[in-house]
Amino acid sequence: MRILLDKFSKSFGTTKVIEDLTLEVADGEMLALLGPSGCGKSTTLFAICGIHKVTGGRILFGDRDVTDLPSQARSVGVVFQSYALYPHMTVAENIAFPLQVKKVAPDQIKREVDAIAALVHIENLLGRRPAELSGGQQQRVALARALVRKPDVLLLDEPLANLDAKLRLEMRSEIRRIQLETGITAILVTHDQVEAMSMCDRIAIMNAGEIVQLATPTEMYHNPRTAFVAGFLGNPPIAFLRGTAKDGGFALDNSDIRLPLPAGTLSPADGSKLTLGIRPEDFGPLGDIAIPGKIAFVETQGRENLYDVRLADGSMLRSIQPVRGDIAVGNEVAWSASGAKVMVFGEDGARL
Amino acid sequence: MATQTQVSANFKSWPVILALAIVSLPLIVMYLYFFIDTITDSAPGSLIPNAITFRHWDFLWQARGNRPSIWPVALNTLVFATTVTIIVLLVSSTAGYVLSRLNVPGRGFFLAGVMVLHAFPSVTLIVAIFLVLQMVGLYNSLIGVILVKAALEMPLGIWLMKGFYDTVPWEIEMAGIADGASRFTVFRRLVLPQVRPALMALGLFAFLSSWSEYILPQVLAPGAKAQVLSVYLASLIADDNNFDLSLFKAVGVFYIIPVLILFLFFQKHLMNIYGGGSKG
Ligand SMILES: Nc1ncnc2c1ncn2[C@@H]1O[C@H](COP(=O)(O)OP(=O)(O)O)[C@@H](O)[C@H]1O
Ligand SMILES: [Mg+2]
Repeated sequence: MRILLDKFSKSFGTTKVIEDLTLEVADGEMLALLGPSGCGKSTTLFAICGIHKVTGGRILFGDRDVTDLPSQARSVGVVFQSYALYPHMTVAENIAFPLQVKKVAPDQIKREVDAIAALVHIENLLGRRPAELSGGQQQRVALARALVRKPDVLLLDEPLANLDAKLRLEMRSEIRRIQLETGITAILVTHDQVEAMSMCDRIAIMNAGEIVQLATPTEMYHNPRTAFVAGFLGNPPIAFLRGTAKDGGFALDNSDIRLPLPAGTLSPADGSKLTLGIRPEDFGPLGDIAIPGKIAFVETQGRENLYDVRLADGSMLRSIQPVRGDIAVGNEVAWSASGAKVMVFGEDGARL
Repeated sequence: MATQTQVSANFKSWPVILALAIVSLPLIVMYLYFFIDTITDSAPGSLIPNAITFRHWDFLWQARGNRPSIWPVALNTLVFATTVTIIVLLVSSTAGYVLSRLNVPGRGFFLAGVMVLHAFPSVTLIVAIFLVLQMVGLYNSLIGVILVKAALEMPLGIWLMKGFYDTVPWEIEMAGIADGASRFTVFRRLVLPQVRPALMALGLFAFLSSWSEYILPQVLAPGAKAQVLSVYLASLIADDNNFDLSLFKAVGVFYIIPVLILFLFFQKHLMNIYGGGSKG
């Protein structure tokens, strides 16, 4: 079911957390709310599920205005970061709880619990208590409990944050599989760009209570609207060079390095502050804008090596390349950036 | 077993046990005689019993002299302790929840007030309570003492329960609400079970404290109708005319047996109150 946040605002007392946020999630879509800690992601999520009353604006599920409906009347499934399983109930009782509250007949409850348990692969755990489950299993139970009522919307608040790296990888695809199989509209809150990029159809990236950009992962990665977005997506992250505009080119601060601005950039006024963003994969032996520097650090990642290159002004560029043995810390290198991929940001962080 | 050997490897345990035994010997002897004296007779001035008898226990089947039979008194005590326990549990479990979770106006003030009430020695209140009970016509009635005792037990209970509710994660309640349960269902089915150990402990505390309460019933309900065991027991030694120490001891044993039984069965839960936490 489509979700629409229309000029939604939320404040706690005098602290304004969200102001006039508008966001539409299409039916059956999985959308990521991505942003740094404290930017208001959970607040938005809890407003959608009705745990927080909104201070302004409207929330629509489909065409139904649910702004003033209590959580119980909204039909949302929520998965919490801590899973919030009921510790005194078995897995089966946990999953059955939402149905019991709805006064569904016991034999039907049993059937639905079994069906959902099969979907999330926990058939053999139904008799256990949450304390007897691993993190990944608890996560599956929480998903099952959220989905058993066949809610209109599935909300996930940092569902993978408490898992170790390997389980996180596994649950990433599991959650996506389950979302696709059920076709449910889902919102995933996360501060991890890898999760957002790998699991979702679109990403809404938030900063300080505002949505900075809303786009598909690929679009957002290659075409970030601001330096904040560019810096948030990508691992290893993008490197920034600070400088000023000079004669239609870029003068790196505290050095005599001059770089041409990539074609297609509107020429900024001379003397205005600029930031260049260069992703690690766009800087290496093959580019067309030469930037000389010195290797400061080599990080072995197995298949690839990550090189930190220190420029004359002390700033750092990163380059990721297939493993090669001919480069060591301290070597002078003359690598180049691919001009078409270099991003230019103005003083306010907006892309030029 | 492994820990046992480790411990005894570090130091010998028998000297400690011996020292403890010697120190607690007077206590043990006292309790022993407390019990032995109720089923034996001994010559005046002698500590050695010379005959076994059950005549000190005859208060169980016949009323002695002008004293009431023990059974109505025991029933009174049971009703008193049970009702107080129920009231304390009902009020503490709900009030503690409200203070822990809901944004009631004057919450801080209320919490401080409850704390002060708890710190207040109840004896200092007794004259005022006496007057109030007389005014509302509850003097010399079981209901009157029950209300007073419950009121005095409550502050501790409310604070205790608030502390336990504080340890229940908010997310559990949020999950319940999102699962479609009403606030009350969430409280009853999701939150209350988490604080069950606390409720058990508090209930036991309230029961034991009421069972052994003496001052309140003595002052507020001394009449024969509302008499409880502690008051009955006290009247035995107050009675100078037919003073019977063995009877006093027998009634004493009768009085503490339920306490001992409760303690045996529930000591784990009692310990819980100090351990805190909702793991249970
Ligand atoms: N119940 C609350 N009362 C007051 N402030 C809150 C409350 N919940 C969240 N906040 C504030 O709102 C901001 C956003 O919080 P949150 O939505 O939890 O961020 P996150 O994006 O990390 O999930 C934070 O600055 C937080 O301090
Ligand atoms: Mg959060």
